[in-house]
Amino acid sequence: MHRTFSPARVLLYAVLFLLAAAYITPAYMALITALKHPAEISLTTAWELPATANWNSFAEAARKLGPNFMNSIILTVCATIGSTVLGSLNGYVFSKWKFKGSEVVFTLFLFGMFIPYQIILIPLFQLLRDMNLYGGLPGLILAHVVYGLPITTLIFRNFYSQIPTTLVESAQLDGAGFFSIYRHIIFPLSIPGFVVTSLWQCTQVWNEFLWGICLTKHTSAPMTVGLAQLAGGQAVSWNLPMAGSAIAALPVLMMYILLGRYFIRGLLAGSVKE
Amino acid sequence: MPSVVLIAVFVYGFIGDTIYISLTDWGRGAALALDPQINYIGFENYTELFTGFIDGRFRQDMVNAMFYSVLLLAGAIGLGLFIAVLLDRKPAGEAVLRTIFLYPMALSFIVSGTIWRWLLAPQGGVNVLPTYFGFDRLQFTWLTSKQTVLQFNWQNLLPLLLCIMAAVLVLSGFGCLRSRPRRAAWFMGCGALLGLFVAVAGSSLPQALFMEETHGFNLATTGIIIATVWQYSGYTMALYLAGLHGISQDLADAAQLDGASQFAYYRHVAIPMLRPITISAIIILSHISLKMFDLIFAMTGPDNGATGHPALLMYLTTFRANDFAKGAAIAVVLFLLAAMFIIPYLVSSYRRKRRGY
Repeated sequence: MHRTFSPARVLLYAVLFLLAAAYITPAYMALITALKHPAEISLTTAWELPATANWNSFAEAARKLGPNFMNSIILTVCATIGSTVLGSLNGYVFSKWKFKGSEVVFTLFLFGMFIPYQIILIPLFQLLRDMNLYGGLPGLILAHVVYGLPITTLIFRNFYSQIPTTLVESAQLDGAGFFSIYRHIIFPLSIPGFVVTSLWQCTQVWNEFLWGICLTKHTSAPMTVGLAQLAGGQAVSWNLPMAGSAIAALPVLMMYILLGRYFIRGLLAGSVKE
Repeated sequence: MPSVVLIAVFVYGFIGDTIYISLTDWGRGAALALDPQINYIGFENYTELFTGFIDGRFRQDMVNAMFYSVLLLAGAIGLGLFIAVLLDRKPAGEAVLRTIFLYPMALSFIVSGTIWRWLLAPQGGVNVLPTYFGFDRLQFTWLTSKQTVLQFNWQNLLPLLLCIMAAVLVLSGFGCLRSRPRRAAWFMGCGALLGLFVAVAGSSLPQALFMEETHGFNLATTGIIIATVWQYSGYTMALYLAGLHGISQDLADAAQLDGASQFAYYRHVAIPMLRPITISAIIILSHISLKMFDLIFAMTGPDNGATGHPALLMYLTTFRANDFAKGAAIAVVLFLLAAMFIIPYLVSSYRRKRRGY
């Protein structure tokens, strides 16, 4: 393709370059501050590169946030598996086993995705306390599974509506039931759907904070809560929070960079329907 | 299906329960007792929040949330659309650039809040940046400013709201003046009447508060808005970019053959076609801005009144002050605000689907 170097083209690149630089700035700042020696950090030289890379902050942040990190891993894995499997079954029903009023039920379902979670926080807190799940990871996992259902159901429903219904119908004629059709026809075709949904759920659960701080006790608090505590004090040296931020961001960033294509699909599924 | 039952209980049941709690006095006495004494007190919590003596912070938080939502929407949609149009020009390295603009989306609000707090520190960060180019240091205190602009008196809430409604009606009347003159006249007539009513009878409308209390846009919120726009403009960019890619190349070619400049193509052909995307972006962003909690928590801490937000206040009221009933009332207010956006959206997409069959 022939590219012309018109002034407009140059301007385009200049603007894009400036914007990209602005978007990267926070990441740059976090990294250089995390690598600096605490004594080297000062407000006036905040933008300059560290004299020597000092990895101690990372080690210390990892030591402090280690338990939270493990909690977050357990939480994310369990909640993601739970909500994607259930979401896949729901999507299967809403796309292939439509019943009277299923569209209404589906729309009512979606509503759960858009509520500000403050509205359910107090009853959720009560329920978990009554079930003796308050304060620990299982309660938090339960909350994430349930409130993850609307989005996972939506993604799977849109995904399954691309699978021809005739396939399901002919299997039905052959005498296959609800679960055997799911197992033998739908599930094997669902791998991309599972990648998209679980990626989306992983980032959501990993990054969640409100329930983490309201529903867990100190020992089972997830990563975000630990980081907020690490960064919360007033006279903190900034290298630790920055290193902690980098550690907290790393898993999702890795997933995002490696599987960005699927991440965008999940993003779009959450907003543009059909 | 068990998950239908789960959603019914966890979403609808819980919403009902919260509404019920907000009508009680749970939290005045021994809130955490296993069997607390709970009495039904009607709408007292709400009247207290909006017109009571001690809940001034809630009112300031509502004002904050409003400015925050409007500016976030304008910023993220404007910037996202701008970047999407730039990327639609197919620059080299588009994929890399897209990744750069979108990565903030993958971060936790706590992470981005922590980083932005450092970037917007009063004596450093962004403020010292101009010194590298020979300028003076910026003096603006992004997160701790005590200044407030656009102040108004909460006593005049009712006339003010009516004025805004009148203005919106008149403006939307102007908007569809050409396409639907009848509806435009209807809108503008109603708006003018409402405006007239406020002008004439405004001073005799009931006052929302018995004393003067001014609220306005706290400048300290700017920092939080910038950070949120940074995090979410990539998201709107992705939405718009998908929309722009969806427009067929034929249409672009046809516009070009007709002698439309690139600017005219976007202005008159592409951007009008992106309208449904703008609507879903507004829905998603407004719902995010209404529940904004984590970012403010990380950037200015929970106890900074100047940058408060009802979502944060709900947490403080409920879990710090143990005033469950009032916390529930705040949550219900937030919920109703969000529902105002979401329910019409869901209903219309449901209708569209029905018509599709």
